Amino acid sequence: MSIGILGQKVGMTRVYDDAGTITPVTVILAEPNAILQTKTIDNDGYSSIQVGVFDQKEHRVTKPELGHFKKAGSAPKRFVQEFRPAIGEELPTEALTVTRFKPGQLVDVIGISKGKGFQGPMKKHNFHGQGAAHGSKTHRRNGAIGMRSTPGRIYKNHGMAGHMGDEKVTVQNLRIVQVREADHVLLISGAVPGPSGSYVVVRTAIKGQPKAKAVVAAKAVNPMKASKANK
Amino acid sequence: MKLIEKIEGEQVKNHVPFRVGDSVKVHTRVREGDKERTQIFAGVVIAHKGRGLNESFTVRRISYGEGVERVFPLNSPRIEKIEVEREGKVRRAKLFYLRGRKGKEALFVKERVSATVAKKAKASAARKVKADKEAAAKK
Repeated sequence: MSIGILGQKVGMTRVYDDAGTITPVTVILAEPNAILQTKTIDNDGYSSIQVGVFDQKEHRVTKPELGHFKKAGSAPKRFVQEFRPAIGEELPTEALTVTRFKPGQLVDVIGISKGKGFQGPMKKHNFHGQGAAHGSKTHRRNGAIGMRSTPGRIYKNHGMAGHMGDEKVTVQNLRIVQVREADHVLLISGAVPGPSGSYVVVRTAIKGQPKAKAVVAAKAVNPMKASKANK
Repeated sequence: MKLIEKIEGEQVKNHVPFRVGDSVKVHTRVREGDKERTQIFAGVVIAHKGRGLNESFTVRRISYGEGVERVFPLNSPRIEKIEVEREGKVRRAKLFYLRGRKGKEALFVKERVSATVAKKAKASAARKVKADKEAAAKK
């Protein structure tokens, strides 16, 4: 995973481009992410940076945490995460800003989805349910969940009613529409998980990147033509 | 929320004010291949909805005997300008009753007649000139 940026979902709006096409966008506020700690293979066994964003009141953090922030020379932060560099990527030494991203680039956004509470199988797993009429007395239940004495048990991971939402969700390959450096804001095409005000991680998309162009092979030089030999 | 208002505010355009019932000419930019030209859609404003960036309005006209309605997002860059041809006097916010009308009475609604009309027309013309000037200055 490459190094991304921490931010907050502000809400959604729409953006016109010059041709008049409307793009629905999510506004992500990503103030400069302070680097709190740099972990190295020698010291910690792996390489990463720990970053934090959005100032927190001092009395809201524990003393050990406060010490950790002080050591980094930073105000206490609300949202702290580690990023591990992609292969060959260098660890940044200065605060991460929205300029890490460029308009048109594809990103993944990771957030905590809205909690839906205890939900039935129809909403949670898109089951079809049973008939509404024709004397049907079941409407929104599971239906059959297994076989007979073979295997004599319910398979693991069978969809049933239960708690839905409030879990970590990654949405892949969203397009950056605008990078507003002065506001520390990213406009990302489409919806991202979670309610407005929730914290999200934006990182370069791990899939869907335009393939790196193959290095154009040098023009074959006819060895018989001495004039081309040096070109 | 202020951030969203800021982002939306930047995109809101200053158009000549008009109301439901007015007969307007909407100049839209149309792209044909790689050429751009202006197309005019003239008719009666029969509906107007939304606020801020999301404001849109519906224009109805009779084209070759067939009613045609077009919904325009007010702040779309495709809309070059809006001209108010005639102010209408209406008691409703949505003029969907025009859809059931035939012939001449479907073409426009009663003109707003009052002492202020002429004054307003003048003011709106002046505003238009000003807006045009500003637009020209921007360009």
